Amino acid sequence: MVQIDSGTLFFAAIFTNNILLTNFLGLCPFLSISRELRASLGLGAAVVFVMTCTAGINYLVYYHVLLPLNLVHFRFIVFIVIIAAFVQLVEMTVERYFPVLYYMLGIFLPLITVNCAILGASLFLIIRNYSLTQSLAYGAGSGIGWMLAIAAVGAIREKIQKSAKLPKGLEGPAITLLITGIMALAFMAFSGMIQIQ
Amino acid sequence: MPKPLSNREIFVQGLWNDNPVLRQILGICSTLAVTNLMVNTLVMNAGLIFTVAMSSLTVSVLRNYTPMRIRMMAQTLIIASYVIIVDISIKAYLPEISEALGPYVGLIITNCIVMGRCEAFARNNPPWPSFLDGIAVGFGYALVLASIALVREPLGFGTLLGFRIMPQGFTPWTIMIMAPGAFFTLGVFAWFVRAFFPQTAEEKR
Repeated sequence: MVQIDSGTLFFAAIFTNNILLTNFLGLCPFLSISRELRASLGLGAAVVFVMTCTAGINYLVYYHVLLPLNLVHFRFIVFIVIIAAFVQLVEMTVERYFPVLYYMLGIFLPLITVNCAILGASLFLIIRNYSLTQSLAYGAGSGIGWMLAIAAVGAIREKIQKSAKLPKGLEGPAITLLITGIMALAFMAFSGMIQIQ
Repeated sequence: MPKPLSNREIFVQGLWNDNPVLRQILGICSTLAVTNLMVNTLVMNAGLIFTVAMSSLTVSVLRNYTPMRIRMMAQTLIIASYVIIVDISIKAYLPEISEALGPYVGLIITNCIVMGRCEAFARNNPPWPSFLDGIAVGFGYALVLASIALVREPLGFGTLLGFRIMPQGFTPWTIMIMAPGAFFTLGVFAWFVRAFFPQTAEEKR
């Protein structure tokens, strides 16, 4: 087990080891949804919730079911099925009991199953031997870090669409990638504060 | 119903016209992270080509037996099975590279391209064209990532495939090994391709 307390890990996952800006995970929804701030925040919130819960569930399943049965090679299948099932469950629950929330997050939930950041977080916590509390802290931190990145880029893109005149071919994904690169540079400034693998 | 495409057309479509990375910027998540070393990129690309081709083939073979409602789940499971094969093979034959790739091999499952090809092509086409389409798209993807690695490794480490190619006095650009380097390189690539070879109506505007 890694000796690092969960609080530190939480902040490390948000700033120094941002899952999007240093590990490139969750780029596809990031590039397509970050056109405006509102949608970015909605998707971000859904990711935070799902990522925290699935990190916990996948941890428990891995150490209490897969490891004793010696089925670790099947973790990819098991994890992706758990994530898909969880997202489906959340969608149904939210639709039934919290209709307001459903109108805000509803369209984003199905997108989350194929968000590589969710599966990535679960795989990272196995590889890095986190404990249960560390896993939950890592899941929540990564989710918030992802939300932070997509919200920031969403806000910048909104401004760009309104004011800037871009050269041919640079609109859309190209400029978003360049902005993300600059943002990743800025986030590297945090990296002196905390070190995790 | 549109005329079925010839094998050559399928290949050109997959390699260039429909190139998933440059045209749609899809599915870069799992592989962009390993583009700072050419060796890792090539191994990852081989894994991806295998997965796309084989899962397209399987989805296509099973296309008449898969109920519409659960097809996404079935596709995910098929893809995941092939990814497990890739993961175990890399672990067995290339343990060092497997260590370096970390969780990214597993993340091929959530690579939008694999699922995208199953959903867009293999679901409605016979097995052989689907297999070809998978290989073509896989190669189109591999080509782009290899070119990104071709920029990043020499600039970041001064080497290519482990051999020193830059002159002795060259100071490596540390930024190219880290995340921002990948974003900048891919951003410039996408810009270049869209500016000089516009394709869709939106890009031609």
